[in-house]
Amino acid sequence: MHISEGILSAPVLISGAVAAAGGVAIGLKKTENEKIPEVGVLSAAFFVGSLIHVPLGPTSVHLILNGLVGLLLGWAAFPAILVGLVFQAILFQFGGLTTLGVNTVTMALPAVIGYYLFGPAVRSESEKTALVGAFLCGSFGVLGAAILVAFALFWTGQSFLEVGKMVVYAHVPVMVIEGLLALFCVAFLRKVKPELLEVKR
Amino acid sequence: MMDPRVKILVTLGFSVVLAVADRPVVLGMGMAFAIFLVFLARLNLRQVMTRLLVVNTFVAFLWIFLPFTFPGPALFSFWGLQITRQGIAACVQITVKSNAIVLASMALLSTSTVFGLVHGLHHLKVPDKLVHLFFFSFRYIHVIHMEYHKIINAMKARGFEPDTSLRTYKSYAYLIGTLFLKSSERSKRIYQAMVCRGFDGTFWVFQHFAFRKRDLFALVFMGLFILFLAFMQWGSVR
Repeated sequence: MHISEGILSAPVLISGAVAAAGGVAIGLKKTENEKIPEVGVLSAAFFVGSLIHVPLGPTSVHLILNGLVGLLLGWAAFPAILVGLVFQAILFQFGGLTTLGVNTVTMALPAVIGYYLFGPAVRSESEKTALVGAFLCGSFGVLGAAILVAFALFWTGQSFLEVGKMVVYAHVPVMVIEGLLALFCVAFLRKVKPELLEVKR
Repeated sequence: MMDPRVKILVTLGFSVVLAVADRPVVLGMGMAFAIFLVFLARLNLRQVMTRLLVVNTFVAFLWIFLPFTFPGPALFSFWGLQITRQGIAACVQITVKSNAIVLASMALLSTSTVFGLVHGLHHLKVPDKLVHLFFFSFRYIHVIHMEYHKIINAMKARGFEPDTSLRTYKSYAYLIGTLFLKSSERSKRIYQAMVCRGFDGTFWVFQHFAFRKRDLFALVFMGLFILFLAFMQWGSVR
């Protein structure tokens, strides 16, 4: 989910860049040197994951996966998402350099909030609690991102209110899909590699 | 090859000025400059068009709403909806801005290798950890993409046909879970292999770049043009 260049106003772009820089700094600080390869390779995996289109009725939607990024990486979601966005900007011209900050925040902030809100549930011993937490975390990632995009548009100009609302409504089906995906993915990882999620035993 | 640092700085400067500019003259000159760069870079025009099409989908989305929601005198109206002059003007402005910025960054950035650009970031004093993250991530995107194809082909060979069903989403979720798992394990092997070879936190690169005379020329020429645009936008002479 990105906002293209040339739409947002200067105060929004600057605030986004400052907030993103702060988040990335915290994320890097919390990542030890030995962990950098893991975060790097996982960012690559998320990048590939976000290229996957899943069918939805007559159309298809591409995955965002920021809820899962948050679950697996915590604060490191900020640098990981920044890296992915930079590659998308350079390789496909999605998003761009000036909107990098705003786009990083809109996707990474819900990821980190999801990590704190639903992380404990996902790591709990009870399978049921974990799955409910995972569904909510996946949906929350998309919901949060859509709301932040709408907010960035609205802050640029009140005329963007309708567009912003549409962005949120249009993402409701994506929320359901991402929630289900996170649920099944967590169920899978709890079975085959609980260490990845740091599940309690 | 142009020094990647020059490319990064010029792209950044141009994007920032154009993103916040609003005077038609400035936007027009920016667009002309971007098109000039595209021809200078001898990009494949068909490829450029395909990219622009993708970029303009979000812009097209705005064209559906903005003309109706911008306040101002109505240009014309139908079904009780009013299209305002300001709304149309805002749409045109956004369209020109985003296309000009995309064209310029295509001409400047996509003509360098990603490794070259990331190396340039290092020399522009971007923190080491972030630069390393870029290196690792880019190095393994292709590998993991191959992994993805291997799994999806195996699924298709077993009769997997994606549709709107819980089963499909479950299959994709397991596919993504497998990708994470393999990536995490691969990263541990990579790190161990690096430590075995004496990794001490320094990244050594094969290809180096130098700041040459023509880089200086390019930086000065494009830098002055960007300053000129900024002056036309915010300068005192109006």
